Amino acid sequence: MKYIDEYRDPALVAGLLKKISKVSDALASPVTIMEICGSHTYAIGHFGIRKLFPANINLISGPGCPVCVTSSRDVDIALYLASQENTIFATFGDMLRVPGTNSDSLQKRRAAGADVRVVSSADECIELSQSNPQKEVIMMGIGFETTAPTIAATVEHCRKKGIKNFSVFSVHKIVPPALCALIADPLLNIDGFLCPGHVSTMIGSDAYKMITQADRAAAITGFEPVDIMEGIWMILSQIESGKKEIAIQYSRGVRPEGNIRAMNFLKSMFQMATVEWRGLGPIPASGLVFNNTYAAFDALKKFDIPEIHSVEIKGCGCGDILRGIKAPQDCPLFKKACTPMNPIGPCMVSSEGTCSTHYKYY
Amino acid sequence: MNYDKILLEHGGGGLLSNELIAEKFLPHFNNAYLERLEDSAVLTIGSRKFCFTTDSYVVSPIFFPGGNIGSLAVHGTVNDLSVCGGKPLYLSAGFILEEGFPVDSLDKIIKAMAEAAADAGVKIVTGDTKVVSRGAVDGIFINTSGIGIVEYPGTLSIKSIQSGDAIILNGTIGDHGAAIMKARENLGLVADILSDSAPLNDLIASILKASPNIHCMRDATRGGLGAILAEIAKSAKVRIDISEHSIPVQENVRGICEILGLDPLFLANEGKMVLFCPAADAHIVLSAMKNHKYGKNAAVIGSVGNIDKGRVVLKTIIGGERIVDLPTGELVPRIC
Repeated sequence: MKYIDEYRDPALVAGLLKKISKVSDALASPVTIMEICGSHTYAIGHFGIRKLFPANINLISGPGCPVCVTSSRDVDIALYLASQENTIFATFGDMLRVPGTNSDSLQKRRAAGADVRVVSSADECIELSQSNPQKEVIMMGIGFETTAPTIAATVEHCRKKGIKNFSVFSVHKIVPPALCALIADPLLNIDGFLCPGHVSTMIGSDAYKMITQADRAAAITGFEPVDIMEGIWMILSQIESGKKEIAIQYSRGVRPEGNIRAMNFLKSMFQMATVEWRGLGPIPASGLVFNNTYAAFDALKKFDIPEIHSVEIKGCGCGDILRGIKAPQDCPLFKKACTPMNPIGPCMVSSEGTCSTHYKYY
Repeated sequence: MNYDKILLEHGGGGLLSNELIAEKFLPHFNNAYLERLEDSAVLTIGSRKFCFTTDSYVVSPIFFPGGNIGSLAVHGTVNDLSVCGGKPLYLSAGFILEEGFPVDSLDKIIKAMAEAAADAGVKIVTGDTKVVSRGAVDGIFINTSGIGIVEYPGTLSIKSIQSGDAIILNGTIGDHGAAIMKARENLGLVADILSDSAPLNDLIASILKASPNIHCMRDATRGGLGAILAEIAKSAKVRIDISEHSIPVQENVRGICEILGLDPLFLANEGKMVLFCPAADAHIVLSAMKNHKYGKNAAVIGSVGNIDKGRVVLKTIIGGERIVDLPTGELVPRIC
């Protein structure tokens, strides 16, 4: 398939592996590279990339799965909203099985009668709202800078068309503040970051300056095997030469300044707020909440959310796994009490979750 | 089972389906025929061996590119009989119709069933019709049962699989699942994808004629090739090695999978089967398959390794390795 096969070419992969081996032979000590993005975690597992690398390269997974970093409290609020009378709760499929307090989930609420619909795009909510005028359609707004503009576009469309029975429960988060938290984490010592290709098409490479300021290596990378291999090689080369930069491997999509129009659009609708990330805790200015102009589309303002007593899951290692200080195999629940069939933490649910990837592919 | 209510996923052909069968149905219905959990029960009556199977069809939409619920209901049951080595003979058909269902749609479905039955050389010899009030079913559900006669001398069963067996697939995977996805969702995709729904009895008859040494056959329906192989590996307690490179997938199916983030390994098929035979027989079996219209794209996709806890290991296109396990999560519900 054109534009896919080129990036999965076994000969190119073999050539890059040779280059990686050569640089890794010259390294003084083992290096730790974090892939921030869940799509990278998935691709590395799916294509069986990890085993191909030399032993002195340690790949760890970061907090870049939006479903996984959603706090228990946010899941509980989603469950509350989905169970209100005369509502249709629209969500991306990954969210369906994510457990909140007491292992409750949207999937279980749906089986109990809640009208929960899986959508593949926010704009499906426009048709849902128009064909169900007597109901409120609530979309779970989840995702980083890549997904947020698509949901924002749906909100803007509804505002222009005067559609009033649509709202969004925004748990959107942005990536750079989480990176600052990871760099500052005393338990972590990451030599290089494999930065997310798609998020970077939006925020641009300029958004990652904190990485070079902290003297760490970085490459913004696509999601195909050749992309990932080349990204890793770029990071290793920076470590070897000592010259740190934000390399753009994914040059077919990423510019230094990013997508200014989309980012300005987000700024016109949302304001930054301190929000809770599972595993990382509260991070200042890392969440997107509706500003006053768009308050009519804010599910948190449209519905009276009662005091919800959320409980984090006991014994679940997702928090430490999302920070990269533990691997799934270090969690006592992994593959025992916690399986994809009976997930205890969110990292076992999402296809991009670190635990799910390790369970499925290793 | 960790649930007090049935979830859609319990019908998905993945882990939860297996759990439902193992923990709820088997303990009550258990007998030597059922516990084999093959596609059909093989029964001995007098000196003859028969195979017997049943399946319910709830596909949505009921008309899809390449077939409809009627032709599917015939093909599915014919194939479940055929992979157990049976020559399908007679089918039953039970209809549950929703009040208000258009009679011209019913006409089209019945006509497709009759044509599919004639094509497969089987007769629909008994039936039942129920009509329920609006909303109690979604248009039309069909159940078919089938009976066939087993004359193959070998024992076709997961238990017959041996280390060193070759694994052969009769063609491209994921066509049915992708066709249903495309017909159902308003995806705005232009690719033309036809379901592979087809009767495999004639193909299987020529395979069984070509080699007396076939060990096991399965049709790769719900859960796709990946789920069937994972189930077989666990049940036979062997390692299965397959190569991504050798598994045929149509370009348009790959395209839809790339866009939607689906894995063709786990997409449903309705005209695909996978078989296990000694490596020495692989060549004659493969050429028998390639000479048949439903086996033109047949390929050896892997082999059975040693005794193991039951893993399927896929060699990826770039030479890496990954495990293929039973799917979890919502796949594409109501694909058959």
